[in-house]
Amino acid sequence: MFHWLEKHPFFFAVGVFLVISFAGLVEILPNFAQQSRPVIGTAPYSTLELAGRHVYIKNSCNACHSQLVRPFKSETDRYGHYSLSGEYAYDRPFLWGSKRTGPDLMRVGNYRTTDWHENHMKDPAGVVPGSIMPAYRWMFTNTADIDTAFAEQLTVAQFFSVPYNQPVPMKDGSTKVVKMGGSVAEANALALAEAELIAADMKDQDVKDAVANGQIPEIVALIAYMNSLK
Amino acid sequence: MENRPLEYDYTVAKMFMLTTIVLGIVGMLVGVILAFQLAYPELNLVLGEGLAEYTNFSRLRPLHTDAVIFGFTLSGVFATWYYVGQRVLKVSMAESKLLMFLGKLHFWLYLVVVAAVVVSLLAGVTTSKEYAEFEWPIDIAVVVVWVIFGISMFGLIGIRREKSLYISVWYYIATFLGIAMLYLFNNMEIPTILGQSAAGESGIGAWYHSVSMYAGTNDALVQWWYGHNAVAFGFTVPIVAMIYYFLPKESGQAIYSYKLSLLSFWGLMFVYLWAGGHHLLYSTVPDWMQTMGSIFSVILILPSWGSAINMLLTMKGEWQQVAASPLIKFMVLGSTFYMFSTLEGPIQAIKSVNAIAHFTDWIVGHVHDGVLGWVGFMIMAALYHMAPRVFKREIYSKSLMAAQFWIQTVGVVLYFTSMWIAGITQGMMWRAHDEFGNLAYSFIDTVTVLHPYYAIRGIGGLLYLVGFLMFAYNIYKTMSARRVEESELQNASPMGA
Repeated sequence: MFHWLEKHPFFFAVGVFLVISFAGLVEILPNFAQQSRPVIGTAPYSTLELAGRHVYIKNSCNACHSQLVRPFKSETDRYGHYSLSGEYAYDRPFLWGSKRTGPDLMRVGNYRTTDWHENHMKDPAGVVPGSIMPAYRWMFTNTADIDTAFAEQLTVAQFFSVPYNQPVPMKDGSTKVVKMGGSVAEANALALAEAELIAADMKDQDVKDAVANGQIPEIVALIAYMNSLK
Repeated sequence: MENRPLEYDYTVAKMFMLTTIVLGIVGMLVGVILAFQLAYPELNLVLGEGLAEYTNFSRLRPLHTDAVIFGFTLSGVFATWYYVGQRVLKVSMAESKLLMFLGKLHFWLYLVVVAAVVVSLLAGVTTSKEYAEFEWPIDIAVVVVWVIFGISMFGLIGIRREKSLYISVWYYIATFLGIAMLYLFNNMEIPTILGQSAAGESGIGAWYHSVSMYAGTNDALVQWWYGHNAVAFGFTVPIVAMIYYFLPKESGQAIYSYKLSLLSFWGLMFVYLWAGGHHLLYSTVPDWMQTMGSIFSVILILPSWGSAINMLLTMKGEWQQVAASPLIKFMVLGSTFYMFSTLEGPIQAIKSVNAIAHFTDWIVGHVHDGVLGWVGFMIMAALYHMAPRVFKREIYSKSLMAAQFWIQTVGVVLYFTSMWIAGITQGMMWRAHDEFGNLAYSFIDTVTVLHPYYAIRGIGGLLYLVGFLMFAYNIYKTMSARRVEESELQNASPMGA
């Protein structure tokens, strides 16, 4: 059989393809529907948080920081409850990372504040002596891309039925509605309102001025995203 | 007339040899910069505060991985295909105007994609998925390049004179099919310009932005099915294709066992794809998938060692060649590193070992003993074998080649030993508890302790880069030499023709 295949490239290629696709069919397909269900307490990202997530991705934060707490005592002691599949239901893409040059950030919103992030992103070694993380000072001057975040919200709401403007159940029995603008102007206004709350907790005068003028620096969006990680 | 050897046309092979070398230098240089940035963070500002955004570790990191995978390695794969393909199929590319055109088109489009990738990664336009960072417009261009490569490959196979496909061709076919399948499924994404607001606006935001078709755990599952097998079909399968051709050619020895190559080929094809789950141990993917990932990773030793042992046994009775020829040294050490790396990988895929190794530098060390010791050595050996034949000139300096071999070997050893120590140290410190059950170390303690190992790793990487520059110089001096050999270099063995 093998000698025959080696003389017939077409059937050889078909054979190879069948053999290599087998694992994917068995391993990957069957679990799709089950795992994308959100757990209670998981809400979609707001426009500003999503813009912050884009800043996180743009700077490949995931190259050094994981977002996956494994079920070991040492990890739950350090980072909080181990990760559940449903907590990632709105993560497109997933940001688990593959290397912890820095600590895990899955629940960083539980134990770091806006103020801490502001100082840390300007001068990491000043906040954590010995840190090898580079500073991200350009985030204080670059403007966040709210339009693209809004476009992504619209896309996921349309194609994947992500529940924007709908009540989602919270852990304490209440519900929460994550608002999505009806137009670009409205989306920007929503993001700005959220940014003002963050900027109020910050010290950098340029950032405060920018937000007062209706501009949202990348750092504000990023902090909104980090604060949402719980 | 009948007995005259065929004249092959190496135009396209030469073009890809050039990009192999240039992109190799770029990718490895960025890698060395990254390595030293971890040891000395001030280097993040190497071009000043104004350009910090573009010289920063996190922005450069995907550029390094993609430059060495899709730049250096893939160029090497293409270069060797356009050389080996013609010779084992006994047909020249010059015989078909169409194939010649497709080959050149393949090269130029590939260059365009490379340029687009460099610009977009530096600008921070990325999907964040490792080795699949490109946004949808580049993805489409990649698919076009890949399809042209496929047509060009199967076109050459279609007009072949030698009816039986040599082992190397099996592996090249598998490379084409494997990458095609993986790349398509992992990069399923929806451009966000398709989103329409309630007010009827569309085409909002950045036109190139997209959102993954898969969410959370599913996305991770597809990504690591891809990520792991991109290594399979980019770093293993085509490199095995190379060694199956170049080692017998260079040494004049016939392949030790056809049956062993059959077993390792089909074994590798079936087993490799299952093993992606070992990247997701203790994550939120279902337990049975994690277990399958572990088990199949261990089984993977069989086909991997099958190929490697087949290569080493091919040298049976001819071991004096290893001492005599630097080129044989590269290939023999390459297959030894392949065995080493394919034993190390399965060990790391065992759940209890992975609990320590995952997220640490040990994984980085594992990747690099594979790519520096196996992939890099094999591609350089292939180009060293091809250079005298495509440029019709003797290799410029064999002693330079030998010096390069030793410098790079020391570099690889420094690299993986320092990363082993760093990885295991950090993994153990993360999980250490004191007598009261509290964590013994804060995270920063586990970072500062790594400084000496990061410095040693940087030196190891630098040595490898120096060796690569010696390789580039040697090839340059070879191709620009005045003396042209009239007839193609012949090997001493009966396999030479």
